[in-house]
Amino acid sequence: MPVDVIMPQMGESIFEGTITKWLKKPGQRVERDEPLFEISTDKVDAEIPAPASGILKEIKVHEGETVPIKTVVALIDPEGATTPATEPAQAEEKPAETPAPSEALPEPTPVAPGPTAAPQPVSGEDGRRIRSSPLVRRLAREHNIDLTTIRGTGAGGRISKRDILAVIEARATAPEPSVAAGQAEAAPAPLRLETAVPRERIYFGRYEVQPLSVMRQRIAEHMVLSKRTSPHVYSIDEVDMTRVVEVRNQAKAEFERRFETKLTFMPFFVRACVEGLRAFPTLNASLDGNNLVLHREINIGIAVALDWGLIVPVVKHAEEKNFLGLQRAINDLAERARTKKLKPEEVQESTFSITNPGVFGGLMGLPIINQPNAAILGVGAIQKRPVVIHDAIAIRSMVYLTLSYDHRIVDGAIAHQFIGKVKSILENWQENIL
Amino acid sequence: MAQVTFLEAIRQALFEEMERDPAVVCLGEDIGVYGGAFKVTAGLLERFGWERVIDTPISETAIVGAAVGMSYLGLRPVAEMQFMDFIACCFNQITNFAAKSYYRWGAPVPIVIRGPSGGGVHGGPFHSQNPEMYFVHTPGLKVVYPATPYDAKGLLKSAIRDNNPVLFFEHKFLYRRIKEEIPAGDYTVPLGKAVVRRQGRDLTIVTYAAMVHTCLEAAEQLAQEGIEMELIDLRTLLPLDRETILQSVRKTNKLLVVHEDTKTGGIAGEIAALVCENAFEELDGPILRVTALDTPVPYSPPLEERFLPNVNDVVRTARELARY
Repeated sequence: MPVDVIMPQMGESIFEGTITKWLKKPGQRVERDEPLFEISTDKVDAEIPAPASGILKEIKVHEGETVPIKTVVALIDPEGATTPATEPAQAEEKPAETPAPSEALPEPTPVAPGPTAAPQPVSGEDGRRIRSSPLVRRLAREHNIDLTTIRGTGAGGRISKRDILAVIEARATAPEPSVAAGQAEAAPAPLRLETAVPRERIYFGRYEVQPLSVMRQRIAEHMVLSKRTSPHVYSIDEVDMTRVVEVRNQAKAEFERRFETKLTFMPFFVRACVEGLRAFPTLNASLDGNNLVLHREINIGIAVALDWGLIVPVVKHAEEKNFLGLQRAINDLAERARTKKLKPEEVQESTFSITNPGVFGGLMGLPIINQPNAAILGVGAIQKRPVVIHDAIAIRSMVYLTLSYDHRIVDGAIAHQFIGKVKSILENWQENIL
Repeated sequence: MAQVTFLEAIRQALFEEMERDPAVVCLGEDIGVYGGAFKVTAGLLERFGWERVIDTPISETAIVGAAVGMSYLGLRPVAEMQFMDFIACCFNQITNFAAKSYYRWGAPVPIVIRGPSGGGVHGGPFHSQNPEMYFVHTPGLKVVYPATPYDAKGLLKSAIRDNNPVLFFEHKFLYRRIKEEIPAGDYTVPLGKAVVRRQGRDLTIVTYAAMVHTCLEAAEQLAQEGIEMELIDLRTLLPLDRETILQSVRKTNKLLVVHEDTKTGGIAGEIAALVCENAFEELDGPILRVTALDTPVPYSPPLEERFLPNVNDVVRTARELARY
């Protein structure tokens, strides 16, 4: 069954959208969540990811056309995985001058020699179409079973309840020893948001049901994935921000007059993290199976809260930017995040992230790692607090920094040294920011 | 306990309710002196007199109209259709007056409209029909269609005691064919509750009325092949006992609906929709139907035999579904 690609609803009051560009052509392969087309609506211009992996079978709504939301704009054949689609893909590689007509994309109805030539959706290695039932598909989903691995005994080779129950039972009695070993090559099963309790226990009394926005679903999936993937450890330290507060207060008016951009605390933290990451590069890394990928560039993702969710735009090459450059980049990204003008590459390729629960008054937060980073820094609220200095009580501007890090990569010793470095830079701020 | 026929069980219910409550009266064509076309009301006139057992003119509209009026004045009339096929004549009285009276004015209409229905007796197109679905589609009514003497008696008593207009279908094929020991004294069977007649794990059959017996026979045959059917007898079509149906589908994951009514617009479609809406992900196969053909009931015996669902139809379809 082909999967419908629909015009998404980009905002509550939006009822139609215009397709501005198709990023794939019919016959080309797309992966789930890979950008498939670009749209423009009254509120936002956005790239829309593919809802499923497969072959883009048909484009129903062409560039420049405006259609109501939920309109089917294209079809993806999800089971076309094994159908060779290399020819159109090659044609795509040099699209400039030679659109050889014979290589042109296949029309929906190629002249077929026989009555059976209509392509059947196929799947599995042997091209066998998987026949099952709603119950079987639900059980497969719940037990994370790949239906292509089951041989059906129902009518016409259909996978029946009996077949899948047998698999589930076999699993229960003989726990697979190969789970850990096979993890590296086995593609992770697509995540689905799970319901923690039987559904009927959720619906009682008066309630309203709101479907999750696409962004919310992505966030939810990402959070589950991150928690499942990385054993999180949390280290907390307290930093005296009095000097930074003074520096900022003194420079603020002049900074904003001269550079016409707001002066915030964020570039101070980014700058301090850049130094910390230089000193402790394992925190600026990603884990790929048994390999640690140490990133040469320092790209800092900065969480921006939106009315409709959360996005983490990335300050690229933070190690090459001066203070002003950091502040400009941060302000620009945050502004465009709020006006939905970010480009996809601007939310990718972070190597470390910072989130700022203090913006909303949070004393501290224990953030979830933004995959595939090794760590994320949480910045609490800067507050004046009584602290002991040289056996005297002083009133200082204090902040809690929390570092959540992937214990597979980083141990507490490194993490605390990193925070110590960040703390030392902030408490002894030297750089002239004007 | 004595063995009583389906018909006798209905007569007992009428007798006992008339004994129990002087507000209960019966009216209909030839129900008094003649004792009814099928003799369901035989003996009522002698016992309760002409004021409570009323022979009416040949007008179904008048019968139901009078019954509604009597109910406004505090009586609990039981109106007989000589054949349920004739209920079409009083469609307006039932759907616009009886069914909506309580909704419009708060005036309850505690009437029962009962009569013989169903085929298999070579009665032809006017004396064999199953007109229940016209009324299942009408909010404000209750529709009952029992399959056993025990249920017929208990449900008719509940129907008479219910304050809503209840249509009570008596399958004439069962009248003298089905016998059962039933308790002597007073008992009732609640409206709106289905019953599981047979436990099984492989598929669920939902049915009612005469088809319950057809399906039980099919179940015995299938059991010899190792296929265990769960059989639900709906007993009441409106209100429908959704929970019993869904519970069984959640257990067996396959559903076959069998009814003697014609296919299009029959209750099987409604039940299929109910299950799809509420238990789609429990289904391990398509929801199938075995029903009468979408034609008038033929008079010719071989054609009627072909028209009605039979044991073989049920066995074949159930076997297919079990293997699916």
